[in-house]
Amino acid sequence: MDNKEIILNVEKLNTTFISDRKEIKIVKDVSFQVRRGKTLAVVGESGCGKSVTMNSIMRFTGKNAIVKAENIQYNALRDGKVTEYHLESIKEPNGPEMRALRGPDMSMVFQDPMSSLNPVYKVGDQVAEGLLQHNKGMKKDEARKLVLEMFRKLGIPDPEERIDCYPHQFSGGMKQRVVIAIAMICNPELIICDEPTTALDVTIQAQIMDLLKELQLKEGKSIILITHNMGLVAEMADEVCVMYMGRVVEFGSLEDLFDRTSHPYTRALLRSVPVLGLADGQKLETIPGATPNPADLKGGCEFADRCSECMDRCREKTIPMFEIAPGHRVRCLKFDSYPEVD
Amino acid sequence: MGETTSIKDSNKSASSSLFKRNVRKFMNNKLAVLGLVIIVVITIACVIGMIVGVDYGTPVITDMKQAPGNGHFFGTDTIGRDLFARVLVGGCYSILIGAFCAIMSSVIGAILGALAGYFGGKVDMVLIRISEIFQAFPQLVLVMMLVAIVNKRGLGNLLFIFVFTGWMTTFRMVRNEFMSLKNETYVKVCEAFGMKKSNIMFKQILPNVMSPIIVSTTTNVAFFILQEAALSFIGLGVADSTPTWGNILNAAKSVSVVTNQWWIWVFPGLAISLFVLAINFFGDGLRDVLDAKQQ
Amino acid sequence: MSTENKEIIFKIRNLQTWFPITKGFMKKVVGHVKAVDDVSLDVYKGETLGIVGESGCGKSTFGKTVMMLEKPTGGQVMFNYDGEYKDITQFNKEEMFEFRKKVQMVFQDPYSALNPQKKIYSSFEEPLKTHGINSQEEREKMMQRVLKMVNIQPDYLLRYPHEFSGGQRQRLCIARALEVMPEVLICDEPVSALDVSIQAQVLNLMKEIQQELNLTYLFIAHDLSVVQYMSDRIMVMYLGKIVEVADSRALYEEPFHPYTKALLSAIPVADIHNKKQRQILEGEVPSPIHKPSGCAFRNRCPHCMDICKEQDPALRYHGKEGHMVACHLYDGKESGDSE
Repeated sequence: MDNKEIILNVEKLNTTFISDRKEIKIVKDVSFQVRRGKTLAVVGESGCGKSVTMNSIMRFTGKNAIVKAENIQYNALRDGKVTEYHLESIKEPNGPEMRALRGPDMSMVFQDPMSSLNPVYKVGDQVAEGLLQHNKGMKKDEARKLVLEMFRKLGIPDPEERIDCYPHQFSGGMKQRVVIAIAMICNPELIICDEPTTALDVTIQAQIMDLLKELQLKEGKSIILITHNMGLVAEMADEVCVMYMGRVVEFGSLEDLFDRTSHPYTRALLRSVPVLGLADGQKLETIPGATPNPADLKGGCEFADRCSECMDRCREKTIPMFEIAPGHRVRCLKFDSYPEVD
Repeated sequence: MGETTSIKDSNKSASSSLFKRNVRKFMNNKLAVLGLVIIVVITIACVIGMIVGVDYGTPVITDMKQAPGNGHFFGTDTIGRDLFARVLVGGCYSILIGAFCAIMSSVIGAILGALAGYFGGKVDMVLIRISEIFQAFPQLVLVMMLVAIVNKRGLGNLLFIFVFTGWMTTFRMVRNEFMSLKNETYVKVCEAFGMKKSNIMFKQILPNVMSPIIVSTTTNVAFFILQEAALSFIGLGVADSTPTWGNILNAAKSVSVVTNQWWIWVFPGLAISLFVLAINFFGDGLRDVLDAKQQ
Repeated sequence: MSTENKEIIFKIRNLQTWFPITKGFMKKVVGHVKAVDDVSLDVYKGETLGIVGESGCGKSTFGKTVMMLEKPTGGQVMFNYDGEYKDITQFNKEEMFEFRKKVQMVFQDPYSALNPQKKIYSSFEEPLKTHGINSQEEREKMMQRVLKMVNIQPDYLLRYPHEFSGGQRQRLCIARALEVMPEVLICDEPVSALDVSIQAQVLNLMKEIQQELNLTYLFIAHDLSVVQYMSDRIMVMYLGKIVEVADSRALYEEPFHPYTKALLSAIPVADIHNKKQRQILEGEVPSPIHKPSGCAFRNRCPHCMDICKEQDPALRYHGKEGHMVACHLYDGKESGDSE
């Protein structure tokens, strides 16, 4: 696969947080690729490092975080030509290089639409902000026109009226549309959506997901969707990356993940969630134990204590990734007959 | 109790570990420890002075305005009383006033704040209005009014006024905390069990507000000591016969004393500053330990 | 599942919980949030009644009103005292206090449901003391009984809440609610604050406990798949009203109300081979202050008719036994003449 096809290539990303003078590794050797025009779903429970991974790529981590990576390569495609950006080598997290990329190239939609918007500014101005930032010399009424167009595209009713409203006059679903408008206004190629619908109702979730899908089909956007909902993954994703305790435990296409589920954690995750239409008396499978505290982890497989197929050697050393089929990688010793990749 | 002891008594070490951790955290804050040491040393010195019964009240005309040294460690004041003894005994009164007023106003503020915050509505509105009225009165005017009414100066007056006018800050803080804490799920759980309102208020919610109350009480001690010093300095504080740090300073009101007999104002002034500073350091340390949300 | 020979534990009649909206300094009442609006329903002993709906539909308020944590503004809630029905909305203080032992609640957020300043022991002891169990020995026996049910070791009682994970905390909360031996447990979103891998543990545990103690559950959640897993019957709420009540299997297999259908189709399914045709609802839930006239769902309903604007549909029996729906589409087709 060449640079045209891959929009984002992350290799061995490590993020360490320092708290109370102790170093806690939150993200460990995370590697994945996002294909242009496709959706990568990053799945995991709270605390698995999925949000930190994205924040590390976008360099939104705070001062107490150390981000290291072998490669974070972003390939911008402009007029048929590919420009490579190496994000890991950008020194200042908030410097001009990084800021130039945020917005026109990559942007982010956060979980909570209520706190993503500034309550004291009109929503229209908040959306226009990004435009004015990245297009020096753009006039206010030009920006306003573009914002109106964006509102129409995102299905916000009465855009002429709504553009001058304040966030509190919007419902949750509408606020999330505004947040998406902010992310989309500079026409980025890659949109990172961090649990975009967790705070919303299911019927609204369906609307937002439909909207994202439509944007992708019409405009060829690449999407990284962070979620813990396997149902959403099944409906949205082309490729899936399952994370547990800061590591990618399984990576593959949607079919790989659902039809040839390989890692015990992925399987447990799929089977422990109630789905509609379970037979009477059918019991859910449970994953024993609780998610460990990242500070308490010892060497070996992070999932060992909760795994039903745990072997002695699982606890010995860090488990490598095995490629069990082209593009389908699993971090589990059950597959150690396959070639190691990393 | 059965074949084994009750669960409650079986393991005491678990509870003390949190306490130990807090102590360790406090000990890491050098300034706070220094503050605590200064507070303890000054308080003990003052109490010992009081108990030993140093002579602080007899004027010795021949020894008037003596500089430090020569039998008088801090020198003597304008009518020849030993300053060291006065600072020690005055410290006892000052610290007593500060501590008593701080604790009493915290108690009153906490109780009223709990009532206002928990019940809300009319109770809250009435109490808030009352506290606003109190805040609108300058303390000085109140003191003058009271002095005029009882027609004498005294320790009791001062204590009453300080407590009477000092509970509002704690009240507001506790009220706001209660307002938000009463919506916590554990309060709803207690209500679902049909627990008494007084029980919920004082046994369930109040412990969660204790940390900020303790911190504000310590810093209030300093505040009241300064208040007392200010009032005594202008002659509206305790009676002249009772020494307090502010009262001692009162002797240094004239310009000639300030310029010529520096020891009369330097030593009591130093005592006040040092003690107040120490309390503020200590209070800051306490805040770090207690106010940091659990874990 | 026949419903006739089952004992009714709650008879809810025309229950109403309105919150006044006040304006200005004089606190003039300018309107009402109709959180629960004219709800009538029977709850059977030993069943799990699931209550689903989107945020703001009044499901939580309904749960709280049924156990009088929220005062209703109208209607009756009759509770079965050994065959005799007493209206709990008319209870005085002592009767209410006794009623507290009959119905308990498990709340959504296990992180704030345990007093952070108190050891678990004290949080467990207090309710028992309140209800007059004065000997420490007896109290501890009762605590041990409930802790065993949720698989938590008794010596954990001496710890503070922050030492437990979310799943453990929720188990502790369930145990505490069970201490007073209630007959009904109202569960308000008991797993929505938990990690996905922990949810199944708690759900299965709740099912086991129910069988062991013959408890009645009112299981409130926004996630229809969780509710369906837990419940015998499901009640769907929209803007303070019941729109459909049915046996949980029947509701999934043959939903009647357009809202229920939309709700079912909106749930993403973790099955990549049977991608279903989505029916996406237009618009959002209107505010409960300004409900549309007639049927509350009409401005989002794909089948809206003229009558829907004028008349609020009543909850009527339709289809299989016990299946009730409030929709004009089924007017004149009450039970008996349907398939």
